[in-house]
Order: sequence, then C-alpha cells, then structure tokens
Amino acid sequence: MNAIVQVDKLRKVYGATVAVDGISFEVQQGEIFGVVGPNGAGKTTAIECLEGLRKPDSGTVRVLGIDPQVDGQILRERAGMQLQQSNLPERMRVWEALDLYSSFYTNPVKWQNLLGRLGMEEKRNSPFAKLSGGQKQRLFIALALLPDPQLIFLDELTTGLDPQARHAIWDLVRDVRAQGKTILLTTHFMEEAERLCDRVAILDHGRIIALDTPQALIRQLGAGERVVFSPDQLLPVDFANSLSGAVKLENQGDRVVIQANNGRQEPLVSEVVSLLAEKGIRFHDLRTEQPNLEDVFLSLTGRGVRD
Amino acid sequence: MKSLLKMTWIEAKLFLREPVSAFFTLIFPLLMLFVFGSIYGNNPPPGVGSQGAIDALIPAFSAMVIGITGLMAVTITLATYREKGILRRLRTTPVSPFVVMAAQVIVVFSMTMLGMILLVAAGVFIYHVQLPGNIFNLILGFTLGSLSFFGIGFILAGVMPTARTAQICALVLLYPMLILSGAGWPRELMPETVQRISAFIPLTYVVNLLRGLWMGENWSAHLLNVGVLVGMLVLGVVISLRTFRWE
Repeated sequence: MNAIVQVDKLRKVYGATVAVDGISFEVQQGEIFGVVGPNGAGKTTAIECLEGLRKPDSGTVRVLGIDPQVDGQILRERAGMQLQQSNLPERMRVWEALDLYSSFYTNPVKWQNLLGRLGMEEKRNSPFAKLSGGQKQRLFIALALLPDPQLIFLDELTTGLDPQARHAIWDLVRDVRAQGKTILLTTHFMEEAERLCDRVAILDHGRIIALDTPQALIRQLGAGERVVFSPDQLLPVDFANSLSGAVKLENQGDRVVIQANNGRQEPLVSEVVSLLAEKGIRFHDLRTEQPNLEDVFLSLTGRGVRD
Repeated sequence: MKSLLKMTWIEAKLFLREPVSAFFTLIFPLLMLFVFGSIYGNNPPPGVGSQGAIDALIPAFSAMVIGITGLMAVTITLATYREKGILRRLRTTPVSPFVVMAAQVIVVFSMTMLGMILLVAAGVFIYHVQLPGNIFNLILGFTLGSLSFFGIGFILAGVMPTARTAQICALVLLYPMLILSGAGWPRELMPETVQRISAFIPLTYVVNLLRGLWMGENWSAHLLNVGVLVGMLVLGVVISLRTFRWE
C-alpha cells in the first residue's frame, strides 16, 4: 500500500482560534478517506492546507509526495479539487466550463467522455445558474476529473442536496474510486461517511478523536442493536431481567428503548417480541436500530453532531 | 497561451450575454449620439464655438465608454468573481492569475474599442462627419485612456470588500465623472466654476485628449493629458498587482 497523503502534526491558527490542532493521518492509495465532524470542527481548514490553498502554521504535509506550499503548481496539475464554496460565472455553459478548464492542464482527459459518464450529456448547453444543486456538484466533479488525477479532494460534496441527489452523487464517487482514484472527502453527515468511506477520521475542535473504518469504530462502541416500541400498558418491572444476556431498558415517555450489548447470539428483537407475546402485552410502532457513526460521535464527545 | 485564448473567448461571450454591460458599452452611447444628432445635426450647438456637435460628441462619448467599461465592467466582473468563489475555483487549477487578468483586459478593451468603432461608424455613415486627420493617433489615444481607466477598475475590485460595495463605489465615481468631465455633453456648456472642478476628474483628460486628436491636433499639444493618463496607468498596474486577491 502506498500513502498518497501524509499529514504529520498539522496545525493552523486563526488569531486566538486553533482551527486545526496537530492532526496526523495517512491516506492510502485507492481508498475513500473521510474527514468527518460537526461544522466548525476544522475539516475545511485541514483539507485546504492539503490542497495548498492555506499555509499551515506548523507540521508537515505531503500530498502525492509533494509539499503543497513548495510545489503547488505541480500538485494542482495532478490532483482534482472540489471546493465547499465556489462557483462558475452564471451564464457560462456546461460545455464551456469543461472546455475552458481542460485548457489549463497539460494532458487533460477528453471532457466529452466525462459528460456522458457523469450523466450530464443533456445539460451540455445549460448555463451554470440554471443547474440544480446536484448537477452543479456533478459538474464540479467533472472539473476535478479533468487532469486525470490520482487524488481527488471533495469538500462537503452533498451539503444542501436532497436525499435522492445525494444517493446519486455517492454512486458517482464510488464509480470514480472504481477507476483507481484515491478520494479524500470531508462531510458533516455521519450517514454519508458511514456509507461511502473506507476509513474515517473524526474531527472535533481541530483534533482527531477517532480514526478507523466506520465498521470498526461502531464495533468498538460495544453496543448492539436497539429495539424501540410503544407498549399499550406498563411493562412489568422484571421485563428486562427476563431477557437473556445483558440489556439496558429505558422508558422515554410512551416509548421503551431496549439496548443490547454487543456480541449477542440471538437477535434481540425476536426475543423481545416473543416475550411480549408470552406476557400478553400489546404494543405498536416496533422497530430496531443499529448503532451508527452518530452513536460513535455521541459516545466520544457526549453530544450529537448537530448540537 | 492556449488557456489565455480559451479564457478570452469565453469571457467575450459572457460579456455579450450580460445585457447591462453590453447595453451601456455598445448601445447606450449610440443612443446618446442619435439624441444629440437629432437636436443639432452636425451644426455647432450655441455657445460651443465652431466645432460641429457630432465632431465634439463622438470623442466625448468614446471617453464615456471608457469610463463605463473601466469603472463598471472591470470592477463588477472581478469583484463578483472573487465574492462568488469563481476565482477560488480557478485557483485550484494550474492557471496563473495573470491569465485571468489578461483575459479580462483583452475582452473589456475589445468591447470598449467596439463601442468607439460603432460611434465613429454612426458619425461617418449617418451624419457624414469627416474622419479625423490621423486615425492611428486616435486609436493610440483611445488605448491609453482605456488602459489607464482599467487600472482604476482593478484597484477598486481589489480594495473593496464585497461586490456590492465595489459596484456602489464605481457608480458614485462614475456619475460625477461623466457629467463633470465633458463626456456626457460639451464642458463649454457648463458654468466656469464647474469647468475648474473638472481639472480634478481623471476622465477629463481622456475627453480632452480624444477631442484634440479627433480634430487632428498633435501629441505635443496634449503632453499634460498624456502625462496624467500614463501616470494613472503606471499607478494602476502597480497597485492592482499588489491588491489582487483570489478570495
């Protein structure tokens, strides 16, 4: 495995605010690596230091073996970048943008092929201002792919998109990775990180508080599935004790949440349902929830991502 | 080089797709010429000496085009590009900022020149004025005036915090300039006090130079005008290179 990106003790300070506080990580070739965390955690500052758009105060950064502050020009020739806040002129048409940006690179891929691959063929003559949020992001991905880069930076790619457009963009990103590209993205959607990323670094207040595959992070939580339902009567006090293994029962108003520990043999839900039937307790709105990255963040910081 | 050509071509298309800038650069000066032409023909308006109205107005309105494009087109385009993150997006590519600025200068200058050509063509074909003695001198003077005004536009775009303030600032500078410099109508029609104020208006020097060259006067008669404009141009280049910001 080759490290495409190496970051060592990167630090960036704005006045009295420490935006990025000594983070270190590596991104391996061919993976989708996510820097995730709430807004203001320092994700964009970190990624922009790697892109060469900001100058780190200390620490070392190597992207494709290049120091972005020294050889920014070479880096921009070899890496594709999509920014959180950027635009094209309102009246510039899709094909004109691709044609123009192609002219910046020594060996660009043919933009005509990208149009089809990204499902933008019909929008070829549309002005930028007339594109939907999802189409704009597709175009930005296309622009980032023009130099046929080894590495692509995607900063908050799906913010502001509706769920359908978001899913389509995820498919696109997976497709790009399947072409052998390495992707470094930032997101504040834990679901996005969980579904899309091979590995994630969770960033909070400028520090990495966890770094692993999403599955490993969730497993380390030690939490199993949750069963949530609304019984029509009060549960007997020994209800939880009648279930096998260690569980945690919590009453939330009308609802009951039963949390299983990790490593159960039998699914908690079937045991709960048969116990309810056995005791003749009627219930409604029963569902199960798997622990996810939100829970990881909650357990690490004591607060939700959106708080 | 390839990217400069592409960018210039696309910026030219964008300029023409923006109705406001295209109107004020290409159409509005022509309309003004037709309004005054329908009043005076090419007879000297009362109190302006012996120069025909159209002969006086073509160079004056050419200066107006210079004022409008230099202050409005350059300032608003660049300030908007910066504010909206269009320059930011360009900055993630290997393209040099000089290409971005050069493309702007080439496009806006060509449009300004086109504005003047339309005015001259209207004068020649509709009002049958005589072409000036030396067209080469006129083009040279026009180029100097344009470029020195682009400098002001680049500085405003670089210094003003937002596109909105840049636009307001450009308008606030532009209107009195158009009125006081004699670019809107002959300065001889204004009171003497106002005429004295016009010495402090940069556009006055463009108007004076172009009117003189139009009538076939020599460069030696316009050393002050040329000096002021060259000074503005040098300052404009130096300051705008220092104030250029990607974001």
